[in-house]
Amino acid sequence: MSLITEKDFGTPASVATETVTLTIDGQAVTVPAGASIMRAAGQMGTQIPKLCATDMLDAFGSCRLCLVEIEGRAGTPASCTTPVANGMVVATQTPKLAKLRKGVMELYISDHPLDCLTCAANGDCELQDMAGAVGLREVRYGYQGHNHLNAATDASNPYFTYDPAKCIVCSRCVRACEDVQGTFALTIAGRGFGSRVSPGQSELFLGSECVSCGACVQACPTATLTETKVIEIGQPEHSAITTCAYCGVGCTFKAEMRGEELVRMVPYKDGKANRGHSCVKGRFAWGYATHRERVLEPMIRASTDDPWTVVSWDEAISHTASEFRRIQAKYGKDSVGGITSSRCTNEETFLVQKLIRAAFHNNNVDTCARVCHSPTGYGLKTTFGASAGTQDFDSVEHCDVMLVMGANPTDAHPVFASRMKKRLRQGAKLIVIDPRRIDLVRSAHIRADHHLALKPGTNVAMLDAIAHVIVTEGLVNETYVRERCDLEDFQHWAAFVARPENSPEALEAVTGVAAQSVRAAARLYATGGNAAIYYGLGVTEHSQGSTTVMAIANLAMATGNIGRPGVGVNPLRGQNNVQGACDMGSFPHELSGYRHISDEGARNLFGADWGVTLDADPGLRIPNMLDAAIEGEFKGIYIQGEDILQSDPNTKHVAAGLAAMECVVVQDLFLNETANLAHVFLPGSTFLEKDGTFTNAERRIQRVRRVMSPRNGYADWEVTQMLARALGYPMDYQHPSQIMDEIARLTPSFAGVSYDRLDALGSIQWPCNETAPEGTPLMHMERFVRGLGRFVVTEYVPTDEKVGPRFPLLLTTGRILSQYNVGAQTRRTENAAWHEEDLLEIHPHDAEERGVKSGDWVKLASRAGETALRAKITDRVAPGVVYTTFHHPLTQANVITTDFSDWATNCPEYKVTAVQVSRGNGPVDWQISYAEKASRSRRIEATS
Amino acid sequence: MSQTRETLITMANQIATFFQSQGAPDLAARDTAQHIKDFWAPRMRRDLLDMIAAGEAQRLSPIASDAMHRLK
Ligand code: SF4
Ligand code: SF4
Ligand code: SF4
Ligand code: FES
Repeated sequence: MSLITEKDFGTPASVATETVTLTIDGQAVTVPAGASIMRAAGQMGTQIPKLCATDMLDAFGSCRLCLVEIEGRAGTPASCTTPVANGMVVATQTPKLAKLRKGVMELYISDHPLDCLTCAANGDCELQDMAGAVGLREVRYGYQGHNHLNAATDASNPYFTYDPAKCIVCSRCVRACEDVQGTFALTIAGRGFGSRVSPGQSELFLGSECVSCGACVQACPTATLTETKVIEIGQPEHSAITTCAYCGVGCTFKAEMRGEELVRMVPYKDGKANRGHSCVKGRFAWGYATHRERVLEPMIRASTDDPWTVVSWDEAISHTASEFRRIQAKYGKDSVGGITSSRCTNEETFLVQKLIRAAFHNNNVDTCARVCHSPTGYGLKTTFGASAGTQDFDSVEHCDVMLVMGANPTDAHPVFASRMKKRLRQGAKLIVIDPRRIDLVRSAHIRADHHLALKPGTNVAMLDAIAHVIVTEGLVNETYVRERCDLEDFQHWAAFVARPENSPEALEAVTGVAAQSVRAAARLYATGGNAAIYYGLGVTEHSQGSTTVMAIANLAMATGNIGRPGVGVNPLRGQNNVQGACDMGSFPHELSGYRHISDEGARNLFGADWGVTLDADPGLRIPNMLDAAIEGEFKGIYIQGEDILQSDPNTKHVAAGLAAMECVVVQDLFLNETANLAHVFLPGSTFLEKDGTFTNAERRIQRVRRVMSPRNGYADWEVTQMLARALGYPMDYQHPSQIMDEIARLTPSFAGVSYDRLDALGSIQWPCNETAPEGTPLMHMERFVRGLGRFVVTEYVPTDEKVGPRFPLLLTTGRILSQYNVGAQTRRTENAAWHEEDLLEIHPHDAEERGVKSGDWVKLASRAGETALRAKITDRVAPGVVYTTFHHPLTQANVITTDFSDWATNCPEYKVTAVQVSRGNGPVDWQISYAEKASRSRRIEATS
Repeated sequence: MSQTRETLITMANQIATFFQSQGAPDLAARDTAQHIKDFWAPRMRRDLLDMIAAGEAQRLSPIASDAMHRLK
């Protein structure tokens, strides 16, 4: 295997459809109008020397190395900033140009350390390459004059180093931070010879606005900004294309290796989701794969009070199988079940649900999507006929109005947020519906046109009010509705939202948002051009989560904003493969491709392929499994890659359910919180150690490629397969591609998917079948998947979780950029530099009333339990609302959350909990005893 | 009566509330029953029916109760 190098064309591709023909160095070339001469030359294989240009950024024209001569024009224009024209005749190599370029290079080199042999970028430095390309042989100016060679290095960022002595002030980093990332953290400070790159006001990188996305490091042509790992390890020698295992954006990377050691992850320009960009997690936070706390050997124990005993894989698997057989013999076949992982591959997820349906002989399978996007599946299937978002990410480039609801893209979906911000800077309008002032509301060069800061739990009321305005002010796109939707349903819905009680004025008291703001936002959404809705867990994690999703779908249909680029309904998926886990049949009522288990045809298809008869009734969902365990009827669970004790609501209830089981099997990288209550621990493998696929939020199926052997011995799919065999059910896959072939065979929307096709196309958006052999970027183009779009009446029903004198504040939860979910991975990386602990955000007014100051310990109590954490006083939250993240086990924010849930799917109501906050003096007793218990539970018996 | 079984009543009532809001009273019980059939494991249905039989499901709304009768 060799290092994959991507050609740098110097300037971005032109999207124009007309073409232009010109002659470069005597050769005719035809390119899209608007392309630069540099790009046109690159297209025919001619590299014009360059330093300040790179095709991720618009041309800047500062280095003067890319000069060319053009017949009939005076001077030597820069080829990066000069667009092509018909009939143009260009020369890229002439004696005059050679002399000019040498002169330019000589100046650069005269202020550059000549330690190439020992430089970390040796072999990967454009300055070095260009010195060669222009034939520089001598430098006439010495180092005697004023220079920058002693400038101090900034190593404050844990992942990259800034060595200003090597800077050529090309400003590629500054432009990358602005154009690609949208953070505007860097400036060129000073003027002329004294100018230098600087984060903020001459701050260190770590303390500045920088979010450590790494775009500047990637853009830097020299060793000035370099990955610290490259400095430590050296240049990589081979690479493979793979997909990030953190969030639902699904960024593609080149995993650059040295032997079996990962040197760096470089975002892949051809990645359709990320287009060469990434965030701090995907690019840098992979150190957990080799963290010392990773468990590499299987372990078992009779009781959760015992320490763990390390055993062989054979023993662990046969012990597990015999336990599950014993339990089923004693308590019945429905007394066991399992949970698939949204972090594992499609193939692994498919295999776990197959194990449960075919080898456990029941449908007790669920996935953590239960606790995040299950309402999306229900709501979009009901209204449109397909349980997925309607667009691809590229669609945002055609969007005129973005409505962002209950999502915090800059933290949770950073790379897509960068693309949103770029579109917003180009002039798209923005409506934010969120109780909290997320970063997008006010960030560099972006101001939301409307921020509707509603009370938590009133989403449906807000959307009904918006719909009221659209219907009563005559803003419905009637042609669209008549052609594409069920008219009777529409009329029924329109009559409902038009009722006076659904007007913004009437609902002002419910939502807490001024009626005129709601009216203005509704008008903008309905009349501002292409309008797209982006939403997240702030929509789904409510008792009316499914209703909210349907209300969103109603708005999009009523305004005709479905079925073309720039519009649509876009759920921003949390985990890397949550879409895939849902697609793969992880829900107890559904086979892969969303076919109901009661559908005889589908069931028989699977039954025949698998050689079993499948149960026709839905199985238990996670909360129902826990309830059944407490009732004494559910006794064994196989959990692959999930930490339900930390991530699911009402921790004490989850703990009681797990404690009531006789065999809890956890397959994971680390002894997570759930493992404290487990009897068997099966070590998991990381995404770097296995082959497979992930499916991102745009339904895009992308390859995950193994770049190192599994440190634990087996990929996760192999472990599931061993367990199936031990249970007497044959599974004999040699490679995950065979599992994908089975998925394709059994799932109409995946019929055209195979590893060969994925290799050929790079990625595929499902549905992919005979009618769409290359996949489907945009859904519901001509007609809805279900035929006619269905409007559903969405009546606002207040949650049962209400504030009162004992619990007067509303708690809502979220996540931050540098950490990921329960933090099991990110906490085991240098990302800890940005987020050491979970904090409680509280409004200054509420804080003052309680005598709380920033940094104080506060006690946070709800009907379900209490915990303590430190306070952060901020007006990002409204009075009456508090906010925290859930990344750290010590906080255990889910001790507080209740088990109220979405009416249709049981998705927990994380986003609304009535709480009280009071001054505290450190962790509460429960946290202390929990921490003790957890550390006792993690003991591993010394092996003799 | 256990907390976990109480949850079943809450869930059935929530479902009934939604289908009631769809505006066709005669269809609400039918749709509630269908939703429960589609998404609940048989054990959950059986537990709730047992509670109804034992007179422990007073909190069940009329529509949810009607729906459960259809699932007997
Ligand atoms: S790492 Fe990203 S945010 Fe930080 S300075 Fe570089 S481009 Fe800007
Ligand atoms: S740090 Fe690198 S990218 Fe930025 S100006 Fe200096 S050489 Fe150019
Ligand atoms: S965490 Fe998400 S946004 Fe960040 S690199 Fe990975 S996939 Fe991309
Ligand atoms: S590459 Fe064109 S001016 Fe620098």
